[in-house]
Amino acid sequence: MSTYATRKATNWIMLGLCGLCAITATVALIAILSYTIAKGAPAINLQFLTSLPQPVGETGGGISNAILGTLLLVGLACVIGIPVGLLAGIYLSEFGGHRFGSVVRFTADVLFGVPSIVIGMFVYALVVIRMGSFSALSGGIALAFIMMPIIARTAEESLRLVPTTIREAGLALGIPLWRTILSIVLPGALTGVVTGIMLGMARVAGETAPLLFTAFGNRLGFQGLDNPVAALPLQIYRYAISPYSDWQSQAWGAALVLIALVLITSVVVRILTRKRR
Amino acid sequence: MIKSSPLPTGVTVPVRDEERKVSNGGVQEGLVSIGLNAWYGRLLAIRNINIHFEPKHVTAIIGPSGCGKSTLIRCFNRLHETVPGARVSGQVLLDGKDIYSPGTDPVQLRRRIGMVFQRPNPFPTMSIFDNVATGIKLNGGMKGSRLAEIVERSLRHAALWDEVKDKLRNTGTDLSGGQQQRLCIARALAVEPEVLLMDEPCSALDPIATMKIEDLIRSLRETYMIVIVTHNMQQAARVSDFTGFMLAAEDRAGELIEFGPTPQMFTNPKDKRTEDYITGRFG
Repeated sequence: MSTYATRKATNWIMLGLCGLCAITATVALIAILSYTIAKGAPAINLQFLTSLPQPVGETGGGISNAILGTLLLVGLACVIGIPVGLLAGIYLSEFGGHRFGSVVRFTADVLFGVPSIVIGMFVYALVVIRMGSFSALSGGIALAFIMMPIIARTAEESLRLVPTTIREAGLALGIPLWRTILSIVLPGALTGVVTGIMLGMARVAGETAPLLFTAFGNRLGFQGLDNPVAALPLQIYRYAISPYSDWQSQAWGAALVLIALVLITSVVVRILTRKRR
Repeated sequence: MIKSSPLPTGVTVPVRDEERKVSNGGVQEGLVSIGLNAWYGRLLAIRNINIHFEPKHVTAIIGPSGCGKSTLIRCFNRLHETVPGARVSGQVLLDGKDIYSPGTDPVQLRRRIGMVFQRPNPFPTMSIFDNVATGIKLNGGMKGSRLAEIVERSLRHAALWDEVKDKLRNTGTDLSGGQQQRLCIARALAVEPEVLLMDEPCSALDPIATMKIEDLIRSLRETYMIVIVTHNMQQAARVSDFTGFMLAAEDRAGELIEFGPTPQMFTNPKDKRTEDYITGRFG
């Protein structure tokens, strides 16, 4: 039999447990960030950001190839992934009420759950073998495959939040359906759509596994879309497992740069889209 | 006010059609439905509606909830068919032409038949100006001063200009509910329709805002054919020239029970069910 006092005690205990869990989750993030800053910040200077890697044994050298490579790969992934993902999201939300729609939705969810290394292998078989070499292009395609379902599903969800009456108001004015969707519904869902794009970009910017079989990495600068290209996660991976302490500290520096890049992009995009409203 | 010419009563419209066509040089003015049925999936929502709306008159559709009033007027701008699974049979003639004929583009039709919805629904991301201008702009219309002129005229028409003229760049959703509804009316007027369908335009508004909208309806009557769906019988009595009374049958399909000049409908209804509804015996 529970008295008022025991119920009150249970309440406090459960509340305490919830609070503890919330703190644990936040502590993990703060720990990662502060540890990366502490270990990575000393490695960062202008030369680190602007020069190419040096051979083992020589001091100095930087990660400009990897920064450029990551920007290129994420850019390629966006060029392919955003239009496809966004249009798929619009299709699912506006026209996907039937059987085919639910098949597409299910497929997107499965693709979202496919381990990224499998996508890397798939693109290796699809693109790399046919082109005859590792390439920036194949890396961008692999990352686009990872991005598409994220963008499609978040775009769909945020478009659905726009009330039907807004669509009907557009149609009732004699505005064609495509125009109504593009100029009235989409702006209403812009914040959510942009969040989806940012989530997709952040996710692929940190992907290592699919790039092992596609972009492969190199120690030179940009060599063309049909040649291997470096990427920050690849560089971090190779430097971090190397036995040289110089490279290991550069790996921390590169990790910090990667986090900063993702953070800066998402802040800039947020500011830009907020002004448009 | 009330025309002395013979008035169409719902059931006999098809016959009168023929008479009018002869007398009117082949074209019947106004909006006419003949044997109109509408379904949501398998559910028949309205059955065999025969009704005639005249230009420059206000017609009110009254009836209890779920009797198909909204469905009926959504058939007149072909918005009903945009709901998945919904379909329509029968004829709707606008100035003698069937709006459900295969050659009719619903997008073009909706420019001629405007609509105001139950809840104010200004476009949330747009300014007051853009809300009104959108219908013209997105139809590949004009820009600049000509557009500004139309926006001002529409807002004046909707009796909202004086309240918003200094804040046209603010978002439409910042306005009060009654102002938002008048903004939606201005938005509908901007594309210069011939008919204005109003689906319970005051049900989400307070009495003062309702009064303003009713004044507006009376002034718009000079220019437009107005069809207003309402729950509020006093409102129908105040603003309309003709009234139609709808009721759901046993199978939940809405039927037009009686149609006539508003004073007659409220003082001397022919049908027992109309009398019961109007005197508040049910509904």
